[in-house]
Amino acid sequence: MVHAAYLMALLPLAGFAVLVAAGRRLGDPWAGWVGTVAVVGSFVVACIALAGLLSEPASARHFSANYFSWITVGGLQVKVGILLDPLSMTMCMFVTGVSALIHLYSIGYMKGDPEFSKFFIYLNLFVFSMVLLVLANNLLVMFVGWEGVGVCSYWLVSFWHERDSAASAGKKAFIYNRVGDVGFLIALFLIFSKVGSLDLTTIFAHRGALGSAGATAVALLLLLAAAGKSAQIPLFNWLPDAMEGPTPVSALIHAATMVTAGVYLLCRVNSILALSPDAMWVIAIIGGATAFVAATIATSQQDIKKVLVFSTVSQIGYMVLAVGTGAYIAAIFLMVAHAFYKGLLFLGAGSVIHGLHDEQDLKRMGGLARLLPWTYGTFLVGWLAIAGIPPFSGFWAKSDVLANVYQKSPALWALGLVTAILTAYYMTRLFVLAFRGDDRWAAAVDGHRPSDPHESPWVMRAPLVVLAVLAFAGGILDLPWVHRDGFASWLSPVFAHTLYLAHEGAGLQVVLAVIDAVVAVIGVSIAFALWRRSVDKPTLEPAFLQRVWYWDDFYDAVIGRPGQAMARFAATVVDGRIIDGAVNGAAAAVRKGASGVRRFQTGYVRNYALGIALGLAAVIAFVISRVWWS
Amino acid sequence: MSRHLSEAAKHAHHAVTSNVIHVPSIRYLGILPVIVMLGGAVVLLGMSSLVKRPLRLRVATATTLIISLTAFGLAWWQWADVQSRGPYTTIDHAVVVDGLAVLITVLVTAAMALSALVAEGYLAREGIDGAELHVLAMVSAAGAILMAEANDLVIVFLGLEILSIALYVLTAFNHKRTESGEAALKYFVLGGFSSAVFVYGIALTYGATGTTNLTQIASFLSHNVLVHDGVLLAGMSLLLVGFAFKIAAVPFHMWTPDVYQGAPSPVTGFMAAVAKAGGFAAFLRVFVSSFGVLASDWRPIIYALAIVTLVVGAGLAVVQRDIKRMLAYSSINHAGFVLLGLQAATARGVSSALYYLFAYMFMVIGSFAVVTVMGRMGDADHDISSYRGLAKRQPLLALAFAVLLLAQAGVPFTTGFLTKFQVVIASVDGHSVPLAVVAMVSAAVAAFFYLRVTVLMYATSDEPSDGVPDAAPTVTPALVGAAGGGRTMWSGTDAAGETRTRLNAALLMEDDASAEPASDEVETTTETEEVTRIPVPVGAAVAIGICVAVTVVFGIIPAPLVDFAHRATLLFLP
Repeated sequence: MVHAAYLMALLPLAGFAVLVAAGRRLGDPWAGWVGTVAVVGSFVVACIALAGLLSEPASARHFSANYFSWITVGGLQVKVGILLDPLSMTMCMFVTGVSALIHLYSIGYMKGDPEFSKFFIYLNLFVFSMVLLVLANNLLVMFVGWEGVGVCSYWLVSFWHERDSAASAGKKAFIYNRVGDVGFLIALFLIFSKVGSLDLTTIFAHRGALGSAGATAVALLLLLAAAGKSAQIPLFNWLPDAMEGPTPVSALIHAATMVTAGVYLLCRVNSILALSPDAMWVIAIIGGATAFVAATIATSQQDIKKVLVFSTVSQIGYMVLAVGTGAYIAAIFLMVAHAFYKGLLFLGAGSVIHGLHDEQDLKRMGGLARLLPWTYGTFLVGWLAIAGIPPFSGFWAKSDVLANVYQKSPALWALGLVTAILTAYYMTRLFVLAFRGDDRWAAAVDGHRPSDPHESPWVMRAPLVVLAVLAFAGGILDLPWVHRDGFASWLSPVFAHTLYLAHEGAGLQVVLAVIDAVVAVIGVSIAFALWRRSVDKPTLEPAFLQRVWYWDDFYDAVIGRPGQAMARFAATVVDGRIIDGAVNGAAAAVRKGASGVRRFQTGYVRNYALGIALGLAAVIAFVISRVWWS
Repeated sequence: MSRHLSEAAKHAHHAVTSNVIHVPSIRYLGILPVIVMLGGAVVLLGMSSLVKRPLRLRVATATTLIISLTAFGLAWWQWADVQSRGPYTTIDHAVVVDGLAVLITVLVTAAMALSALVAEGYLAREGIDGAELHVLAMVSAAGAILMAEANDLVIVFLGLEILSIALYVLTAFNHKRTESGEAALKYFVLGGFSSAVFVYGIALTYGATGTTNLTQIASFLSHNVLVHDGVLLAGMSLLLVGFAFKIAAVPFHMWTPDVYQGAPSPVTGFMAAVAKAGGFAAFLRVFVSSFGVLASDWRPIIYALAIVTLVVGAGLAVVQRDIKRMLAYSSINHAGFVLLGLQAATARGVSSALYYLFAYMFMVIGSFAVVTVMGRMGDADHDISSYRGLAKRQPLLALAFAVLLLAQAGVPFTTGFLTKFQVVIASVDGHSVPLAVVAMVSAAVAAFFYLRVTVLMYATSDEPSDGVPDAAPTVTPALVGAAGGGRTMWSGTDAAGETRTRLNAALLMEDDASAEPASDEVETTTETEEVTRIPVPVGAAVAIGICVAVTVVFGIIPAPLVDFAHRATLLFLP
C-alpha cells in the first residue's frame, strides 16, 4: 500500500497533462472537475498510504524508494525517489486533503472566468510540485518542488495579470522568493561539498561531516530559504501583496500549504538544526518577532484578506518559534490545525467577497450574518479556532507551542502570549466588522443601492462545512492528556533524538493552558467592546501599522532605488556600450573572416581535391617533423 | 586477449599447412543485423523487379520499416547478449561485436527507420514510385554497421565502400534536379580520391606491422618498439585523412556543403547521421584502440583538425542563406565537437563521442525532415526567408524545428546541451583546455545561426517591409512560453521588453543586410505564399515527433542515454 505513494504526485501531474492538452475544450466547469478528481484521487492514495504506514510498527514507519537516476555527473548522483515517513505522510494528508476541498470550491468561485481551465492547470501543477517537495528523498528533487510551487504561486498571484497590481504582486512574490532560494541553493552546495551527497538519509547519517560551523551555516541558510517561502522576517512583505490572486489561491497556497513549506523544510532537517544551538536561537527569535510584528499589523488593516494574510504570517511565526524551540511536533500540529482554520477563513472570506460582488473592504461590509448563514456559521468556527478559545483546535495547537516555548525562554513565551491577545483581538475585529452591526454594504454607490449579497453555491459551501468540522475538532489529534499515543508518538520517530523534551509537570501545563484561554477571552472581549458600535477609530489604526511598519518603504529606499539605478547603469553603459560593442565587433569579425574563407569554396572539384591534398601534406609534414626530432 | 591471438596464429598456421580452405566459425547473431539489412535490400529489390509497374510506395516504405525495425530489435538482442556474455570477435577475428558496435547498429537501424518515414512523404510529393531509394539506403546502412563492427582494416574499407557507393547514387537520386547530379559527381570523384588515400594507408600499415587485424596491430605495437616508424606513421596519417574525409573534418570537408545541398533532403539527413556514425565508429576504434600507443603522435593532429573544423564550420554557417548549406556547415561544426571526444583518447572521450553521435542522429534527421517538408514540390525552396513567420502559419512544425535547432545550439533541457557538455568535459579531462575553450566559443558563434532561423520563424510575416519588426517583443515571450509548456504570462511591455526589441531588431536587420541583393524578391515571395499551409505528411510528422521527443525527454532525464553510451564504452574491445 505504501508502494503506491508515488501516485500522490503522479495523479495531479496527469490532471495537469490532461488539462494542458484538452482543458480549453473541456471548459467550464468540466475542466474544474477533472482537476478536482485528480487531486481527490491523490488524497485517496494518501489515505491508503497512511493505512499502510499505520499497519507497520512505529520503528518501521519509514519507506524510501528510488525510481530512476536523474543526474549523474562525477560524484553527484541524483536519484528521483520518495521518502515516506510520519512527517511527510502528515504533510501529504493535509496538503492533498485541503487541496481537494479548495479545488472543489474553485469550481464555484472561478465560474465564468474566461481563463477557467488555465486556473486548474496551474492548480494541479501546484499540487504536484507541493507533493514532490514533501515526498522528495533528495534535497535537489525537493528544490525542484520548491521552485515548482514558487512558479505556480507566481502564475496564480498574477492570474489576473491585466491588472497592474496583480502583475507586480506576482513579480514581488517571485523576487522575494528568489532571495530565499539563493539561501537554499548555497545550503545545497555547502552540504554537497561537505557530505558529498544530497540524499536526505545519507546527509543525516553523515551530518557530523558538516562540523559545528558548517551546521550553523546550513541551518541559517535554510532559515533564509524558509523565511522566503514562509514569509518570515525579513522576507515577509511579498505575502500581503500576493492577495491579489484569486481567493482560493490565497487559501490554498498562501495560507494552508505552500507557505508552510519553509517550516516543513526546517522540520525535515531537524538533525542538522540540532547540531547548532545558536541557529536554533536565531530561528526562535525570528519566529517570535514575526509572530508579534505581523499580529500588530493585522490589527489595523481594512481589507478582509489583508487581515487574514498578516494573521497567516503571524501564525507561521508561531510555527517557526516552535521549531526554534525544538518543539517540532507542536509546530506540525499547529501547521495542520492552521491549514484547517485558515483555509476555512480564507474560503469564508472568499464567499463574502463573492457574495458582495468583489468587495473586500471591511468598512463596507457588516450585517452579513443574516444574509450568508452558511458562511457566517462556518466563519464563526474558524474565528473561535484561531482566537484560541477552547475546545477549538487552535487552542490546543497554540497552547502546545507556548508551553514548549515557556520552557526554553519565558521572554519569548511572553511575546507569544501578547501575540495571542492580539490574535484574538484582530480576528474578533474582523468578525464583528464583517458579520455584525449595520449593513454598510447597502450604502448607495453611484446613486443606487447594490443588490443583496447572495449565498454561494453548494460546491463552495461544502468545503466550508468540511473545513469547519476539522477546524473545530482538529484538536483531538493531540490532546494534552493523550500525548503518549496520539499525534506525538506518531511523529516522534522522525525527531527521535532532536526533540525538545518539555519537563513541565502536569500542574504547570494546566496553568499555562488556563492562561492561554484567559488571554484569548480578554482579546475577544476588548475587540467586542471597541468595535461593536463604531467602525471609525483612527487612533486604533495608526499609519505606522497600516503601512506595515514602513517596511516596504524601507526596502524601496535601501534596495529598490539603488538597485534600479544600478540596473539602469548596467543597461545603458555596460550592456549598451561594452557588451554590445564586443558582441557586434565579434560578429563583424566572424562575418569578415567567413567571407574570406568562403572564397576557397569555389565549387570546382579540382580545388576541393587540392584542399584534401594540402591537408594530407600538412599531416604528413607534421608526422615527418616528429620522426625527425625524436 | 593473448589467448585469442595465439589461437589465431594457430589457425593461420593450420590453414597454410593443410592446404585446405579453412572456414572460420561464425557466431551469426553478431552479423545478423547486417545480414538482415542487406538481405532485406535484396528482397525488396526482388519484389520490385517481379511486379510489372514500379512498386507501390506504401509497400516499399512498409517493407523497409519492417526490415530496419527487425534489425533494430536484433541490435537490442545483441546488446543483451553483449551485456550478459561480454564482447566477442567472430569470423576469424575479422568482425567484433562489442558495446560500440552494437550502439552504432542501434543508431543506424533507427536512423534508417526514421529516414524511411521521412522519405515516404518526399517521394509521394515528387511523384517517384519504386523502392530504389529504400534499397540503396539499406545497403548504405549495412555498410555503416559493418564499419562499426570491423575488426580488420580491410573490413573497415569494405564497410566504407558499401556505405559510400550507395550514398553516391542516393545523392543523384532526384535526376530532375541538376544540382543533384553535380553534387553526386563531386562526391564520387572526391570519395574515390580519399578511398585511394585510405587504401594506401592500409597498405603502409600492413607493411609496418605485418597485419591488418586491428587487435593484432594493437598487440604488435604494444610489444614492439619500432626504431624507424616512418612507414607506420605515414600509414596512420593516410588512414586519418581517409576517415577525416568521411566525417567531413576541415580541410577535407569541401564536398559537404555541395553534397548536402544537392542531395534530396531526406537523404541528406540520413547521410549526416549514418555516414558520420559509421565513419566515427571506425575512426574511434582504429585510433583509440589500435593506434592507442601512438596517441602522442596523432592527438596533436586531431587537436588541430578539431580546431579548424569547429571554427570553419561555425563561421561559414553564419553567412549561409540556404538552410541546407547552413545545416551542412553546422554538421561540420558538430563533427568538430565529436573530434573533441576522440582527441581525449580516453574511455570518457569515447563514451562522450558515442553519446554525441547518438543524440545528434535524432536532431539532424528531425531537422532535415522539417527541411524536407518545407522544401515543397521540387525540393528547392530552401532559402531561410521561407521560414519567416512559420510559427503563425504552422505553429507545431515551427515549434518542432525550434526545439531541434535549439538542441543543436546546445540549449539545456535538450540532449544537445549534454552532448556538448560531455565532450567538453572529456576534453578538459584530457588536459586539452584550449581546445575546449575554442569549442565553446564556436558553440556561441553557432548559436547565432540556429537562433536566427528560430527568430525568423517566430517573427510575424506581416511586418513593415523596411525590415524593422514592430512585433518583435512578442517573439521572445513566445519562445519562453514554448519552452515552458506553452504558458505565457509575460506582458512583454516591461523594461526588459525594450531590450529585447533592440536585440531582435539587430538580429533581423543583420539578416536583411545579408539578404540585400535579393531583398525585393524575398518580400514578394513571402507576400504571395503567406497563406499557403505546407502539408505535413504523416510519416514525416511521426519522424519529427519521435526526434523531438527523444531530444527533449532524454534532455530532461539524461541518465538512460548517458548510461547507454557509458556501458557501450565499458564493453569496448579490445
